[in-house]
Amino acid sequence: MSDSSSAQITTISGHGLPLVGNDIDTDRIIPARFLRAVTFDGLGEQVFADDRQQLADHPFNQKPYQEAEVLVVNRNFGCGSSREHAPQAIARWGIKALIGESFAEIFFGNCVAMGVPCVTAQGDHVTALQKLIEQDPTVEISLDLESMNVTAGDLSFAVNMGDGSRQMFLKGTWDACGQLVASAEAIAKTAEQLPYVNWAAS
Amino acid sequence: MSKGTLFDKVWTAHTVGTLPSGQTQLFIGLHLIHEVTSPQAFAMLNERNLKVMYPQRTIATVDHIVPTEDQSRPFADPMAETMMQALETNTTDHGIRFFNVGSGSQGIVHVIAPEQGLTQPGMTIACGDSHTSTHGAFGAIAFGIGTSQVRDVLASQTLALAKLKVRRIEVNGELPHGVFAKDIILHIIRKLGVKGGVGYAYEFAGSAIEALSMEGRMTLCNMSIEGGARCGYVNPDQTTYDYIKGRDFAPKGSDWDRAIAWWQSLRSDPNADYDDIVKFDAADIAPTITWGITPGQGIGVNEAIPTPEMMPADERPIAEEAYRYMQLSPGQQIAGTKIDVCFIGSCTNGRISDLREAANVAKGRHVALGVKAFVVPGSERVKQEAEAEGLDKVFIEAGFEWREPGCSMCLAMNPDKLEGNQISASSSNRNFKGRQGSSSGRTLLMSPAMVVSAAVTGQVTDVRQLASVS
Repeated sequence: MSDSSSAQITTISGHGLPLVGNDIDTDRIIPARFLRAVTFDGLGEQVFADDRQQLADHPFNQKPYQEAEVLVVNRNFGCGSSREHAPQAIARWGIKALIGESFAEIFFGNCVAMGVPCVTAQGDHVTALQKLIEQDPTVEISLDLESMNVTAGDLSFAVNMGDGSRQMFLKGTWDACGQLVASAEAIAKTAEQLPYVNWAAS
Repeated sequence: MSKGTLFDKVWTAHTVGTLPSGQTQLFIGLHLIHEVTSPQAFAMLNERNLKVMYPQRTIATVDHIVPTEDQSRPFADPMAETMMQALETNTTDHGIRFFNVGSGSQGIVHVIAPEQGLTQPGMTIACGDSHTSTHGAFGAIAFGIGTSQVRDVLASQTLALAKLKVRRIEVNGELPHGVFAKDIILHIIRKLGVKGGVGYAYEFAGSAIEALSMEGRMTLCNMSIEGGARCGYVNPDQTTYDYIKGRDFAPKGSDWDRAIAWWQSLRSDPNADYDDIVKFDAADIAPTITWGITPGQGIGVNEAIPTPEMMPADERPIAEEAYRYMQLSPGQQIAGTKIDVCFIGSCTNGRISDLREAANVAKGRHVALGVKAFVVPGSERVKQEAEAEGLDKVFIEAGFEWREPGCSMCLAMNPDKLEGNQISASSSNRNFKGRQGSSSGRTLLMSPAMVVSAAVTGQVTDVRQLASVS
């Protein structure tokens, strides 16, 4: 049997990294030339490669943020290409959770499958958190997936995540593979009832 | 919550069960894989000692990294060669059908599956590629996934998913001359925004959509993801059935009649409930072109680049970033913008009808001095068909390069790239910073006809004006 156990994830605490801007796409997170590979190895060093090269004080370049574990972003983060290389690069750089105004659908799904929670919050809360981190990069941010709350210094606000995904973190089933494979019989039954599966076989 | 839509019916038919998390375990009828997002998935499978549960329901091809000039092996780029070999090994080891270069059936994954009749109404289709939404043109529920999910589909033919909401987007009336499916979707994204579709499946409907060919519908659904919608679809109709009939993997004989009956039954009910409905008038749509760094930053070819004052406050920062990056000024007319490179191809606009429309404009004209222009057919079959019609000669005589099939400069994972801050007129789908292979390269998205119009004049030009001159 496969190793289907993934760890339960209920709280994540650490320093933050504020990355301000809407519609940051996965081509920017990891340019396509770094996808010429058959593994995800080494992607962490290339995260935001072009943006960092063009902007010396890009947050991912700044010394005070090098130990950050919580990335704080704005609207529609991770839009565009479905490349899992993008969240892999972010996670391999050291990020363990993301807080943002909104996330692109596929990016969010990839993060769930990797065990990296992405939670959304009101725009003014996200901006306040980004400002707080800029003022004090050592401020401890705590994300609690049970109470769905974020605290940092004097800040405390509610965050959201679709309940199905949230349960996957809380129950430790974010790596769904083993669970999916385990229902082989039900899968076969569903397949049998689909007309086109039988046409293909005829 | 939606009820009675095609999305609801297909979702229900493919539901295996409810997972402890509350998510749906959804059966995937057709899984498409390619060389970029699958090798790590196979590695994960092997690590866990899992096999592919339904190898006959996965189809592979190679598209992103293939060179479009010299395709001889080994590829000049050793990394591309490694990826190619990984796919060859993985498909052989797991008994997966692979349409390799030179098979006569290779091409961009979202071009080859429809053209071979693999894509059918009522299916769920997944692929490690965001433009999987393309297949929704047939009334399939098709969406992009990441590599861990590719692993899940290989291992179980299912995914853990939450159901999407459904937004019906009606486009009614007749499209003006010189306006294509590409313009419709650029217009929709311009109006609804690049995140407007997050959490939704888009159902495209209305008389202007029904009048589109299957290839037009594919262009439309292809870019749903650019509007934030993970999938977009069109209800199947006679146009759909006529397209599928007789293709390699289409149902045959008595299965065909059963197929039509089933497909018809999946169409959204006339009284279906939607989570949202939005309507557009086809007459309002002009040849549309992007000026910025997101597909939502689009305008009609005869409009000026919007000024910050014209936008909601939250769109201004990315507009400012776009003015700087694109080296374009607010208030400036987009028409007349000088172009360095013209690219026709991609999963958005690399099909035979796209090449016909482009050739129609190119015929009897010539690429302007100093402009590099090239045409990349979406598949080996498209290339063969185009050559049989003599389209290759039209392009070559007009000064375009005629290439081998692949993703090419849409995302530049192969030798086709912009250099420095070159600006391209591109029939592809993304104008993100650095998308076309140069970290300062600039992309203007437009229809294939508009790309040719830019190529022959050396600048952004309304294709309708060009037609009146000839």
